[in-house]
Amino acid sequence: MLDCAPPLATDDVLSPLILITAALNGLMTGSIYALVALGLTLIYGVLHIINFAHGALLSAALFAAFLVWQKLGIDPYLAAVFLAPTFFALGYALQRFIVGPASRGDDRNMLLVTLGLGVLIENALLYEFHADTRTVELAYGFKTIDFGFTFLAVSRVISFAAVFAVTLVLWAFMRLTDTGKAIRAVAVEKLGAELAGIDVAHVYAIAFGIGTACIAVAACLLIPNYYVNPSAGNAFVLIAFTVVVLGGMGSVLGALIGGLLIGVVESLGGFFFGESLGQIGIFLIFIVVLLVRPRGLFGASA
Amino acid sequence: MSVQKDPINRRRFLAKTVLGFAAVSGSLTMPAALRAQGSGVKIGFLHPVTGALSYSGQQGRIGATLAVDEINATGGIKGLGRIEPLLGDAQSTPDGGTAEVEKMNVAKASCIIGGYSSSICLAVSQAAARYDLPYVVDVGVADSIVTRGLKNTFRFGPGFGVISKTALDNLVTINEAAGKPARTVIIVHEDSLFGSGLAKLLNAQLPAKGFEILETIPHPTPTRDFNTVVLKIKAQNPDLVIPANYYNEYVLLARTMLEQHVRPKGIYSVLGGAASSYKFVREFPDAAKYIMDCNHWFNPKSAKANELKKKVEDQGQFFTYELYMNYNAVHLVADALEHAASGDRAKLIAALANSTFVSPIMPYGPTKFVSGNNEGAAPANTQVLDNDIKVILPAEFANAKAVFPVPT
Amino acid sequence: MKTFVPIAVVVAALALVPAFVDSNVVLNFLIVTLMVALAGQGWNILGGYGGQYSFGHAAFFGTGAYMTAILQVRCGVNAWIGFACGVAAGAIAGAIIGGLAFRAGLRSSYFALVTLAFAEVLRILASVTPVTGAGVGILINLDLRAVSFQFQSRAMFYFAILALVAISLAVTQLIERSRFGAWLIAVRENEDAAQALGVDAFRVKLGAMIVSAAITAAAGCFYAQYFLFIDAGIGYGTWISIEALLTPIIGGVGAAFGPLLGALMVKSLGETAKLITGDAPGLDLMIYGAVLVLVIRFAPRGLVGALADMREYLARRFLSPRKRALAAHG
Repeated sequence: MLDCAPPLATDDVLSPLILITAALNGLMTGSIYALVALGLTLIYGVLHIINFAHGALLSAALFAAFLVWQKLGIDPYLAAVFLAPTFFALGYALQRFIVGPASRGDDRNMLLVTLGLGVLIENALLYEFHADTRTVELAYGFKTIDFGFTFLAVSRVISFAAVFAVTLVLWAFMRLTDTGKAIRAVAVEKLGAELAGIDVAHVYAIAFGIGTACIAVAACLLIPNYYVNPSAGNAFVLIAFTVVVLGGMGSVLGALIGGLLIGVVESLGGFFFGESLGQIGIFLIFIVVLLVRPRGLFGASA
Repeated sequence: MSVQKDPINRRRFLAKTVLGFAAVSGSLTMPAALRAQGSGVKIGFLHPVTGALSYSGQQGRIGATLAVDEINATGGIKGLGRIEPLLGDAQSTPDGGTAEVEKMNVAKASCIIGGYSSSICLAVSQAAARYDLPYVVDVGVADSIVTRGLKNTFRFGPGFGVISKTALDNLVTINEAAGKPARTVIIVHEDSLFGSGLAKLLNAQLPAKGFEILETIPHPTPTRDFNTVVLKIKAQNPDLVIPANYYNEYVLLARTMLEQHVRPKGIYSVLGGAASSYKFVREFPDAAKYIMDCNHWFNPKSAKANELKKKVEDQGQFFTYELYMNYNAVHLVADALEHAASGDRAKLIAALANSTFVSPIMPYGPTKFVSGNNEGAAPANTQVLDNDIKVILPAEFANAKAVFPVPT
Repeated sequence: MKTFVPIAVVVAALALVPAFVDSNVVLNFLIVTLMVALAGQGWNILGGYGGQYSFGHAAFFGTGAYMTAILQVRCGVNAWIGFACGVAAGAIAGAIIGGLAFRAGLRSSYFALVTLAFAEVLRILASVTPVTGAGVGILINLDLRAVSFQFQSRAMFYFAILALVAISLAVTQLIERSRFGAWLIAVRENEDAAQALGVDAFRVKLGAMIVSAAITAAAGCFYAQYFLFIDAGIGYGTWISIEALLTPIIGGVGAAFGPLLGALMVKSLGETAKLITGDAPGLDLMIYGAVLVLVIRFAPRGLVGALADMREYLARRFLSPRKRALAAHG
């Protein structure tokens, strides 16, 4: 029979242990936000577009992870290894052959194209898979690690660690490889980069591809604790935008720190003000950062 | 999980030349061979099959279609002929619903069934009222739907008021039968019309029944994570948790409570999104065990209900409340049409107003509409026991005894 | 006066529609289309003429709708007065949000994101505070009399929204031809240069924001009167922010008729897609999304831009060089 958790040994709801637990929860949810935002911040930082298709792509990635689990029996964490390159290719193709040509570099048009793409993808998922919610059932699905004052789900701890790993890899890539440097060059000065011989369209597509690959990994990390349906990804878009703004557009480190910070704020906000009103803390931070320091914590100066 | 393709090829009613601003005419043709005696009756089925509510909308449509096929298989409605369904998509918004009402009106529907969400039902009922077009709500529980004095609107199922009152009375009964182990409560509800409305009623009525509400926690739909909510529950250790939300959030909440080893004396939901859901029980048996709910439910002792359930499950679908609530609504209308002996809207409204239809599959008394609200309708109390959903109250429909408090 | 002739012609043509069409399907479609066009007209003043793309115009739509609903339901105020108050409330919201954003010097994407955030904040607040009915929303009493700004006949609603659209067109035209409009366009083209030339960019942008917000708020008030129910998701949801920016961009930003054309196109596209695809859920919206992408690919300046391109093409093909020159400078 299931053992009951002993009631937290305190009458005071504000005891430090409880707040620490809330903060820990926040860090873990925040890590997922960070990964989703990572994709967005790269796409924004380089292409200067707000990718309206981000939520739909996340939903598509969730379906991909689900199907791989359902049909091939592959664990989502392992699936990430080959879903990431697959979605990289998808993102590359989307930018190279649809978004790029359709928008011809105009910010506003890119906005609309990604909007149209988002609607298209989400409804394609709806048409193909219908609206019922799917979930994966994993052997370790409900296993938790006992920390004494709280239980942390094994899957969330793994996800947390994985986000750090991915961020590290990405940061190294951006700093140390030629492609990464090319991306950063285009982000800062497109014309100059072009004159220096960099194929800008190719770089744009790579950036979009990396962003999409991040979404795929985020989906694999998310799926053990969440669910899959055609609009599941939309719930993460606004909060990802907030992380991007807080962390600084285009900054990998910013996305990580921003994500963790937002996760903690959301958790504590929800704790003190209820889940509904608690969300407001996120957007107030969003607004304050934009008004006071638009480049965020680690972004380049505008 | 696949959805069965529609067995009959349904031709969608056409609205012509919205673009050309020309006159609009509705037309729908049925091959002559399919017509029985009587020229047929057109009924509009309006569900949110796309958008945020698409799963519920699609389940509703399946239920309605099942009933229509059943009726048409025996030649349709006595004296009037086959039912010709006009399928509409409310797109999960009130304006989507309104636009479809207009089209159904032009296509000469005798009646409209559906809506699902309370805000859509409100828009549909007032749009239909312009044409004195009878409208039968399938689910929408907000009391405001039937208290606006619209003569065309009927709701076969129970509304908020009845549901919360029954839920509380039953809670008291269950609690007393167990020796009153429960006193403190935390309510977790989704923050739109359905959840907030219910939470308001509960807040007003629970203290009078001797319960102390420790906290009322609203949350948005969708909510990404329930760890904070569960943390608060854990910290305050209530005897009972009362959730009122939609499927996905309910499941996340229950899973998180399981993970955190939070086991109050009982989880007693009122219109719980997943509590009375076979999908939930099948996919998360450990999280679902012992959960109680006061919700729309069918009569488990009815042979017809079980037969219908088996039929639906054989098709690979879940027997959910949206499905049988729509099934009922169609039969209610069919019965009224028979009594009215005509597809005329005014006659149908009169027939519905006087209806004493008894549904063979629901635990309701005989129908009695008062301003569109069916006073014979009632929810049932269920509990997840032995990996199945059993009815524990009212006694005359029950097929199991309540297990409360949850065994440790 | 001459500048208003095109508007008068279009409005008159639209006003004649109920004389020929008594189908409520069409009227309802047009009413919703015009309402969306109105919201877009508001957006266009700030976004099209001013170049400041707002992603959060729902903030004004919802404020207008809630203000009029609250005044009618909780304070018993007359619907028409409520309407005026709703528009005023929208304008004030515009002043506050615009003041904060422009004072902080926010531009392009940053401005867009901050407007989005403000709309979200309002949505969350509306979903929890008692005055807006929290989650339950507000239901305006059904009272089909002109004094309550509700009408038995759909045609009357049609004329009401048409009148509002006509006013917004006139306002847009006035702005376009005025000095204020010139400054606004200068700011759009190059804010720093305009500033250097003596234009007070902050005031100009703020002014545009206020007018823009008021017009979109009017659309919100109309929604409340037509559908009688408002909640946080309906009033402040992203759907209306997107519609408000989609219609001018599709129809042609910075053109007075842009939002109207865009609304007609977008809504007709939605209906056509539904007609073609029948019952399969999602298929019609797939087509909608695909067409959107294609439109941007082939007509990036919107319908107005495409029409202008076509006119230019025809002029090149068929006019003599002298007439061509005249047409180019006309």
